Amino acid sequence: MSEKSVEQLYNERLARVLAAATCQQPDRIPVFGPFQKYPYQFAGVTLKDAMNDYALARAACHKFLDYFQPDVDFGPIFAYPARAMELYGWRAFKWPGHGLDDDVMYQYVEGEYMTAEEYDEFIYDPSGFMLGKWAPRQFASMAGFAQTIPWRRFMWSGWMNLNFFWLTPEYQETLRAVQAGAEEAAKWWASQFQYWDEAKAKGFPMAFAGWDWPPFDIIGDTLRGTRNILADMRRRPGKLHDALEVATKIFIEYGSGAAGAPLPFCWVWVHKSTREFMSDAQFREFYWPYLRKGLLALIEKGIIPVVYWEADWESRLEHVADIPHGKIIYHLSNTNFERAWDALGGKVCLMGNVPNILLLGGTPDDVKAYCKRIIDYTKGKPGLIVDAAVMLDEAKPENLKAMFDFTREYGRY
Amino acid sequence: MREQLVTAIADMNEDEAMRLAHAMLDAGEDPQVILNAASEAMTIVGDRFEKKEYFLPELIIAGDMMKAIGELVKPKLSAQMAQVPRLGKVVIGTVAGDIHDIGKDIVAFMLDVNGFEVHNLGVDVPAAAFVAKIEELKPDVVGMSGFLTLAFDQMKRTVEAIREAGLRDRVKIMIGGAIMDEGAARYVGADAYGADAMAAVRLARSWVA
Repeated sequence: MSEKSVEQLYNERLARVLAAATCQQPDRIPVFGPFQKYPYQFAGVTLKDAMNDYALARAACHKFLDYFQPDVDFGPIFAYPARAMELYGWRAFKWPGHGLDDDVMYQYVEGEYMTAEEYDEFIYDPSGFMLGKWAPRQFASMAGFAQTIPWRRFMWSGWMNLNFFWLTPEYQETLRAVQAGAEEAAKWWASQFQYWDEAKAKGFPMAFAGWDWPPFDIIGDTLRGTRNILADMRRRPGKLHDALEVATKIFIEYGSGAAGAPLPFCWVWVHKSTREFMSDAQFREFYWPYLRKGLLALIEKGIIPVVYWEADWESRLEHVADIPHGKIIYHLSNTNFERAWDALGGKVCLMGNVPNILLLGGTPDDVKAYCKRIIDYTKGKPGLIVDAAVMLDEAKPENLKAMFDFTREYGRY
Repeated sequence: MREQLVTAIADMNEDEAMRLAHAMLDAGEDPQVILNAASEAMTIVGDRFEKKEYFLPELIIAGDMMKAIGELVKPKLSAQMAQVPRLGKVVIGTVAGDIHDIGKDIVAFMLDVNGFEVHNLGVDVPAAAFVAKIEELKPDVVGMSGFLTLAFDQMKRTVEAIREAGLRDRVKIMIGGAIMDEGAARYVGADAYGADAMAAVRLARSWVA
C-alpha cells in the first residue's frame, strides 16, 4: 500500500466507487457514507463549534478521514455556516446556539411558507414567488425583498417606471444584510474548497458533486409543509400536479451542476416517500413519476444520482425498479436489505444499511455480523456500497472501525 | 342525515361533511348526536388506516374535520355532558433535542380516537418533564418519539430518569420513529417498539386490558 502514490490512491478509489455505482466489479466493496455530525463527535468538537469555526471543522474531518479512511469523503459540508445563518436570519432552521443545545443536530422547522392560495403564483413565476414571498418568510433579513416588483415587468421601458423599490429603506437594509451574509457564506465555501484540495492531496475524492430534492419534497419541505402537501393530494390534486411539473424542471436545473465532475454523484434527499406518508397509489401518482423524470434527465447528462431514500420504502421497491440499470445508486435506510437486493440487486447499486443503533449500542462483532450478512447475500455480484443506515451522527468508534475494516477485508471480489 | 355525515367524513368529503353538520344543527339536532357520528366515522377511518387503505393524508384530513366539527358543536353542548369513559391514560412526547412531531401527533390522534386519554407534551421534551407529568397524571402508558439518531441516547436518559424517580414499574413505555426498531427499544430500556400508529394503539390496549 505504502508504495502507491497519492495520485494512484485517488484514482484507485475513484475507479472502485464508480465501478460499484454502475454495478460493475471493483477490486472490493466500497465503504463510505454521509458522515454528518459524527466526525466532530469523534474529534471531541461540539457541533456548535464546528459550525462556527471553519478551521476546527476541517481539522476534525481530517482526523476522521485519517483514522477511518472512507473510500470517498464528505468533509465539513454538513457543519453548516452558523454565522451566515445568523446574519441571514434563517427562520426555517434551529441549530446549536440558536434554539438548540450546543451539541444537538440542527433541524428544519416545518412551516407553511407558501399558502394554498399561492399555488398559481408559484406555477406562473417560481423565481418571482421565491424572491418576493418565500425569501421574506424564510429569512428575517430579507423582509425588503417583499417590495420587489416582479422582474418580468421590467421589460421594454418598464424598468424606468418600476425601479423605485430599490431605494426604499427596507430594501436597502435587506441588501446590506444579504451582503454581510454572503460574505460570511463565502468564507465558509472557501473552507470547503480548501478541504477538498487537502483531501485530494491525501488521495481521497469527494463523495458529492451536487445536491437535489425530489419535486414532491421541493413543494412539501420548502413551500407547503408536510401536513399541507399530504392533504393537498386530496384537496387540490390539480394544483399540486401543476406545481410538481414546475418543481421537476427546478429539480433538473438544480442537479445538473454535478455533470462533468470526476465523481458525478448528485445526492437526492428523499424525505416524504415513506410508506406511512402516502399510499402506493398516491406514490405512483404524485411522487415517483416526477422524481423518475428528473432522475432520467440527470442520468442523460452523465450524472449518477444517489437517491437517499429515507425511512422504510420496501413497499415502493417494485415501482422504483423502473429505472435504467447500472446508472444510479439507491441508499437503503430502514428497508430490509434482502428484499431490496431481491428486487434491485445487480441492476441498481444499493448502499447501506448498517443499523445506526448497532453502531451506537452494539459491539464490533455485531457490526461485522451485519456487514457479513449483507455482503454474503450479494453472492459476489457487484453493486453494493456499505454504509450506515442513516446519516451518521453517533457511534462508538470501535464499531464504526469494524464496519470499515471488515468491509475492506471481507468485501474483496 | 346522521348516516350521511358518517359516510361523508369516512370518505373524506370535507365540504359535504361540514354542510351536513351545519344542516343538522340548523334542524335542531342534538349536538351530541353530531359528535357521536363524527366519532363513529373516526373508527371507520382508523380501520381503513389499519387495512392500509388510508395513510397519513387521510388521517390529517380526518383530524381537521374532527376539529372543525368539534368547534362547531361544542359551544352548543350542555355543560353537564356525560364524560366518555376512557380506556387508559397515555403521556406522549418527542424526546429532548428532537423537534419532529408528525409521527408523534398521528400516534396521539389515533390513541385518542381509539378511546385513550392522551396528554401530548409536544416536542423537545426533557426527561424531567416526562417524569413530572408521570407523577402528576399517573398514566398507564408513556410514548416516546424520535426521528433523529440523537433520540437513542435521549430516550435512554429519559427511561433512566423515570426509573430514578421510582416510577418505572408504574408505566409501560413504548417508542416509535422512522429509525426505531426492537433493538432500539432494548437499548433505551423501553417495553416495546411500535412501527406505526396502529401498533401503538395495539400496544396501549394490551397494557390496559
